[in-house]
Amino acid sequence: MRVGVVTFPGSLDDRDAARAVRECGGEAVPLWHGDDDLKGVDAVILPGGFSYGDYLRCGAIARFAPVMDALVPAAQGGLPVLGICNGFQVLTESHLLPGALIRNDHRKFNCVDQRLVVENASTAWTSDFEAGQEITIVLKNGEGGFVADEKTLDMLEGEGRVVFRYVPDAEGRNPNGSYRHIAGITNERGNVVGLMPHPEHAVEEGYGPSLDGRGFFTSIIKQTLESAATA
Amino acid sequence: MGSIVVDVMLKPEILDPQGQAVAGALPRLGFDGFTDVRQGKRFVLTVDGDVTDEHLAAAQEAAEKLLSNPVIEDVVSVHVLEQDSAEQDSAESDAAASEDGEQ
Repeated sequence: MRVGVVTFPGSLDDRDAARAVRECGGEAVPLWHGDDDLKGVDAVILPGGFSYGDYLRCGAIARFAPVMDALVPAAQGGLPVLGICNGFQVLTESHLLPGALIRNDHRKFNCVDQRLVVENASTAWTSDFEAGQEITIVLKNGEGGFVADEKTLDMLEGEGRVVFRYVPDAEGRNPNGSYRHIAGITNERGNVVGLMPHPEHAVEEGYGPSLDGRGFFTSIIKQTLESAATA
Repeated sequence: MGSIVVDVMLKPEILDPQGQAVAGALPRLGFDGFTDVRQGKRFVLTVDGDVTDEHLAAAQEAAEKLLSNPVIEDVVSVHVLEQDSAEQDSAESDAAASEDGEQ
């Protein structure tokens, strides 16, 4: 079970993501932005950070890196891909996922332990959760406000493609102004998932607010083992 | 050597926190008359020789593919930057006027 983790110039959490894969029993394979080679991995993680300094728009330049030339068609063909934070921004810029991420409505950088509700537990990355389950993982971003037009938002909700929603605070606000409290979404097929919060920071006892992040990695490891067994 | 100006703005319905921050700072400096601020991006693309229609078409394509994200932004203008600086000022106010017309 081999999970590739892409490093772009400015990626920050690639090593944490690789460590999370290993902690959960998988093999982490480093992938380089400049190589259009996925090295035969079974799944790919686009990690958090500030690829290309967030210049132009977050994720906009990373989207045209050589590794994305290989990743975009592979993802369209069903390869499981998880985009975390900046990785989510890269997925929306690549049009693998709809919508966009804009600056937090309150204009401050967030760094909090964030409660989320898992709304879709049937994606490649969430099958070890249960629908309706509440989890707490780290959220840290300056441009995490999920936006899309009404039609797209209705489509995402209607098709069950909202994977995670923020639990709003007492005033009904979420941490970054995301429309309809959306924290993470998936594509039609359920193999591509993007979210702003960071599961890779919640996989080890003593680090982070919980072990809730493990479910992302155990989900993909199990699924890949099962599909290998039936192949 | 010619240049092309590409102006990109957030769509009107998208919240602009940066513009709001600027709008919040203006009254502190005594500028009380502005009811809203929207912040956009200007790109200047330079080519060898004079700007041709092909250059303009390529700039338009680049504007839609990379310089803007159509989900949240509009390309509001793609036009030739006049070389002479005196002309530049008048060209830009013309462009601003014609942009209003385009929208």
